[in-house]
Amino acid sequence: MNQKEAVIELQGLNKFYDKFQALKDVDLTVKSGERMVICGPSGSGKSTLIRCVNRLEEHSSGRLTVNGFELDENTKNIREIRQNVGMVFQQFNLFPHLTVLENLTIGPKRVRKMSNDEAEKLARKYLDRVHIPEQADKYPAQLSGGQQQRVAIARSLCMEPEILLFDEPTSALDPEMINEVLDVMVELAESGITMVCVTHEMGFARKVADTMVFMEDGEIVETAPPEKFFTNPDSDRCRAFLDQILDH
Amino acid sequence: MIMKALLKLKTGDYVLLALIVAFILFVAYRVEGALNYNWNWAPIPNYLIRWDEDEQRFVTNFLLEGMFTTLRVCFYASIMALVFGTLLGLARVAKNLAIRMLARTYLEMLRNVPPLVILFIFYFFLSEQLVDAFGIERWARKIARSETAEYWSFFFGDMRKFPALISGAFVLALFESAFVGEIIRAGIQSVGKGQREAALSIGLSWFDQMRYIVLPQAFKKVLPPLANEFISLIKVSAIISLISVPELTFRTQELASATRLIFEAWLTTAALYFVICFGLSYLFRKLENRSAVA
Ligand SMILES: Nc1ncnc2c1ncn2[C@@H]1O[C@H](COP(=O)(O)OP(=O)(O)O)[C@@H](O)[C@H]1O
Ligand SMILES: [Mg+2]
Repeated sequence: MNQKEAVIELQGLNKFYDKFQALKDVDLTVKSGERMVICGPSGSGKSTLIRCVNRLEEHSSGRLTVNGFELDENTKNIREIRQNVGMVFQQFNLFPHLTVLENLTIGPKRVRKMSNDEAEKLARKYLDRVHIPEQADKYPAQLSGGQQQRVAIARSLCMEPEILLFDEPTSALDPEMINEVLDVMVELAESGITMVCVTHEMGFARKVADTMVFMEDGEIVETAPPEKFFTNPDSDRCRAFLDQILDH
Repeated sequence: MIMKALLKLKTGDYVLLALIVAFILFVAYRVEGALNYNWNWAPIPNYLIRWDEDEQRFVTNFLLEGMFTTLRVCFYASIMALVFGTLLGLARVAKNLAIRMLARTYLEMLRNVPPLVILFIFYFFLSEQLVDAFGIERWARKIARSETAEYWSFFFGDMRKFPALISGAFVLALFESAFVGEIIRAGIQSVGKGQREAALSIGLSWFDQMRYIVLPQAFKKVLPPLANEFISLIKVSAIISLISVPELTFRTQELASATRLIFEAWLTTAALYFVICFGLSYLFRKLENRSAVA
């Protein structure tokens, strides 16, 4: 576990929405197998940051490299890069007109050009992994929120990506369903995949994170290993934020 | 349904109904008296269905044949309009500005010129040339004389009229594609942004996103307005009688001028259109309710 290479690299990244600057000169490196948790107040640019990584948003300036490929407007192999970067959304974004199984197999079939049988086998493997093998033939609307989010995780896993991005995966869930999703994420973290998680679930962060990142107003304010981050952060703003969310 | 509605009527409603009936009778009487018109309904059923002495069976006549041609033309026109309209809808939401502008121009031209004018422009400038260029006329005449004529006529009616039928269907499709395109655009835009993003994030190509994720959801949402467009197409299709497609309106014109049964023929045709359109809209509503429950 020593010669870990950087799989995501941001250098002086800026992102503008018209005149509004959502990311300000952001530098960040994520190493292979690293588990990074990003937190920060609402509107601080966390979603914008991870959405730039699979180019759902285009950054305005600066350099962004994923798996050694630089992302810019000339990037031809953006689809290839996206296959390697899974994304789990706050709102699940399952395909409502497809069954759970079809949600999982469409990527492998259309993008990875697998046969029906192969894709289905793969899908069932990952449904097992998220502990809902029995829901394969249902439609998303027939599942609970927690189950839907686990299907969404399985859908990402079916592309067998090297990097998984999570954008507040438990924020849209009822409290009693949060743990079933976090449990799956902890298991994933233990599997060695590179993870970048935007979340305010600090229990989860303590358990799995190698690196904690705190963002505010489009800037990265603090980057630290969890021991230091939770006990003795450098920045007062980070400390205030942690006090606030850990306090209730 | 109608019985239930009748039971709910109050005295005032009966008075109103009586007045309406009286008015209709009065108009009919005036037509007869003032225009010196002799109502003669007796021959009409014969123009719908007649007894064929040679074949010893009932065959459809004039008006019903016209009605079938109308339905055929509208069916083909709708299929074409669905294809054009889907392309147009996709073009309207394209990333590329040039494509969007082209689509918009096409749409505005079709929407702001009367269908009748589009019909003539298309028919006289384009259709004749295309029909000539592809040798459609010769081909159709050959079919009409061949053994398989009956089989073909099930799909296209009298094959000698095939060029007109195809031109008619094509121009209706062009006209209709503008409306279908806008409906489909609205459908595409009603599919949430998250769906596209999820599709992108698993690496689906643009085509696959549309084919498997966006369009299926869009079509499901716009099925009711598309069904309504089909019904309005049936009404609009009367204009292609002007390029001699032997559809219902054209046949009624022929019948009215040949027999002088002007009012009877047109009233019958009105009833036929009404039955088709009302019947279809009733059917679509039923299906819609059924699928809403399911
Ligand atoms: N598509 C957009 N257009 C304009 N402004 C946006 C857009 N997306 C995000 N923003 C703005 O960028 C800032 C950062 O947003 P976001 O990255 O979603 O924050 P977070 O995920 O940390 O809550 C916010 O102020 C938000 O209003
Ligand atoms: Mg966010």
